[in-house]
Amino acid sequence: MAIDMTQFYQVFFDEADEHLAQMESLLVALDLTAPDMEDVNAIFRAAHSIKGSSGTFGFDDMMEITHVMETLLDKVRKGELALDTERVDACLRAGDVLRTLLGAHRGGQAADPAAAALIRDRLNALCAGEGAPAAASATPLVAPPAVSAPASPDDAEMRSLEVRFVPEPHVAGQRELMSNMLEELARLGSVEVLEEPPPDAQYGQWRLAMCTRLSEADLRGVIDFMAEPRSVVILARSDAAAAPPASATAEAAYGFFAPRPAAAEAEVEVEAVDEEAAFGFFAPLPAVAPPAVPAEPADAASAPAKVKADSSIRVSVEKVDQLINMVGELVITQSMLQQSASQINPVLFESLMSSLVQLERNTRDLQESVMSIRMMPISAVFSRFPRVVRDLSQKLGKQVELKTRGETTELDRGLIERVADPLTHLVRNSLDHGIESPEARRAAGKAESGTITLAAAHKGGSVVIEVSDDGAGLDRARILATARERGIVAPDSLSDAEVWALIFDAGFSTAKEVTEVSGRGVGMDVVKKNIAAMGGRVEIESMLGVGTRITVRLPLTLAILDGMSVRVGGETYILPLNYVVESLQVTRDMVHSISGADRLIRLRGEFISVVPLGTRFGVAQAQTDWCAGIMVVVEADGLKAALFVDELGGQHQVVIKSLQANFRRVDGVSGATIMGDGQVAMILDAPSLVSGARRRLQSVA
Amino acid sequence: MQFQPAATPGNAWHDEEIAADEFLTFTLGGEEYAIDILKVQEIRGYDAVTSIANAPRFIKGVINLRGTIVPIVDLRIKFGVGEVTYTAFTVVIILNVAERVVGIVVDSVSDVLALPAAAIRPAPDFAAQVGAAYILGLGTLDARMLILVDIERLLLSPDMALVDDDASAEVAA
Repeated sequence: MAIDMTQFYQVFFDEADEHLAQMESLLVALDLTAPDMEDVNAIFRAAHSIKGSSGTFGFDDMMEITHVMETLLDKVRKGELALDTERVDACLRAGDVLRTLLGAHRGGQAADPAAAALIRDRLNALCAGEGAPAAASATPLVAPPAVSAPASPDDAEMRSLEVRFVPEPHVAGQRELMSNMLEELARLGSVEVLEEPPPDAQYGQWRLAMCTRLSEADLRGVIDFMAEPRSVVILARSDAAAAPPASATAEAAYGFFAPRPAAAEAEVEVEAVDEEAAFGFFAPLPAVAPPAVPAEPADAASAPAKVKADSSIRVSVEKVDQLINMVGELVITQSMLQQSASQINPVLFESLMSSLVQLERNTRDLQESVMSIRMMPISAVFSRFPRVVRDLSQKLGKQVELKTRGETTELDRGLIERVADPLTHLVRNSLDHGIESPEARRAAGKAESGTITLAAAHKGGSVVIEVSDDGAGLDRARILATARERGIVAPDSLSDAEVWALIFDAGFSTAKEVTEVSGRGVGMDVVKKNIAAMGGRVEIESMLGVGTRITVRLPLTLAILDGMSVRVGGETYILPLNYVVESLQVTRDMVHSISGADRLIRLRGEFISVVPLGTRFGVAQAQTDWCAGIMVVVEADGLKAALFVDELGGQHQVVIKSLQANFRRVDGVSGATIMGDGQVAMILDAPSLVSGARRRLQSVA
Repeated sequence: MQFQPAATPGNAWHDEEIAADEFLTFTLGGEEYAIDILKVQEIRGYDAVTSIANAPRFIKGVINLRGTIVPIVDLRIKFGVGEVTYTAFTVVIILNVAERVVGIVVDSVSDVLALPAAAIRPAPDFAAQVGAAYILGLGTLDARMLILVDIERLLLSPDMALVDDDASAEVAA
């Protein structure tokens, strides 16, 4: 069975991830003084969904935690327990533990069961410890309205539904799986099998009568795991459901047990088990079975959720990439067509010309829409920061307000995942080093509460993400002093930007003491390296006492690169623009030789080793006179080198193609691309060229 | 089954090494070679290539084949036969081997023909331009002699320098 279930694991993982993220953002946003019941309900639902599906998949550790969490939240919902910081904290912590467990199930390695047990106990304590007396006294109060639930408008009505679905072929043959699902459904309400296909049928419809408080969308969610796509039909049972406040007798007539009070009573549970057993279908609920699942309010919030679920589809990234590739081809073909058409008489072929213009517009639109499939709003990353800021500011005893702007800015999905870590680092840095303590802020005449702003926007062909704070700013003198201590040549004449750039050096930290948060000096260099690996750049602006702003510029997608074309002999190469520092023509007196051969140029007092691309790549007819061609100074991993080329071409946005797919790795080349004329051009691997230049220099010196 | 010449498809499967019964034949110097037709993706003319830095001389470079970057190997240079000129009639056979797309330049493409298993003989030790290790056998058809080449193993061999060393080790294993 395990083998069959694994097919659905990915869906479960994705969904659980989403639920956890939603839960966390809601918890953090929750106003404790006047919690919005809608939000509490949403948190509850998220916990509930995770519980349900983790139960189905046999991840009992996750189910146990969510179960306790659900109980706690349910009490909050019913006003039996107040939501305080401690409880929110516990829930957040539980979310973390769940995520770890989820990761463990996903990766197959074992998670720490102690952490799970710990958080479960804590939730239990919070649930029972303080809550017990309240619950005890509240139960009788709550029970009567709950028993007459159908009449009370705010409690979700028990609805009588008819569910029809066709199980997926490989599920259909396995009774065990089906009875598992029925068992799961039985926890959500009563279930009666009205019709089932014969046991040996490969394909057949099931008809279930259900009496549940679950919203239709949630019910669908449970069944979708097993059912053929689009085969699930949920109907209100005409006789009972036409009038939602159906009388208990009507339901009883169908053999359903009366709606239970959400705060479960053991005997009801037993009764339920008996009744289910009476159908001869379900094994008695396992010991860990939740007490009656609390009612799911069929409120307005589930309606948009349903709309959302129905209006989007999950598609594998591979398929999307294939589509993007093909559209890229179309664009190239179109531009080739355009190029050949430019040679014909536009007067004679007027209709052809206008069609070509039309084609151009359509291909561009098509490319844009296809690219947008891979795009995700950056809120996917930003949403994690309220939590980070909240936890960290508590720990550091600082008051910080987090503002976000431009959450809807979209960027490539691949980038979203990779930008999260560097951004987290920057935010933590801002909190730890930037924002001062409330006392210090008061003394400086600022508001006690600091502000960290996260902003994202599209600028030109790139996405700009800013992390700014109104904290202490970078201290020029201290950075210079630290730099000198570390043996870095740092004259006072350095511009501010150059001084700020020093903090990107590995191991650089001006923090007076190492804290848990930061100060170990691993960080900014990693941030810079990660961003550079994505083809982006990091810039710092800062003013002492006013604040710091760190700007991260990223390309819109990983598949497209901003490059400069350079010509060497008859060859064209693409140099990624983010490595280029400057380009210049050298004069004879700037050229210096080592062991009789020209190897260096001297640029504003700095010796830079030269990589003549023509020699490096063995290009015939390449320019060899350094004073006749162009030097392009590039910087990678903190090292500089000058690439000697014949001439500069233009600036291009190029689509990165793999060279390795059909060929092997080529030293000095990171990939290939197709130029407008259909020719292939190599993309230069600046870091390897630069480090290669250094090695060669060391070997001759 | 061995009494029955494998003239119909399906019967040729008795020998794993020669799984196909249809071959594409091409000439290289004075010799005629045959390769499994199922490995052939298409045949096209020779286009301008983009050369690759520090690659062996027989690797002409890469071309853009409808968006895929495809390396082109000139077998005439590799085996030192034929006249190495590039004209409008120079032929490139685009092959699909081990999930890679590779183009080979040959003197000319002759035809596609079916070889019954009976017409295939094991190769004796002889000096072909292609290393004996990559020869599956000899086919005879009327007066012609065809050299059956395991093009996949040939192209993925380390001395073709088409794949990374670790990858070619993988293929060999």
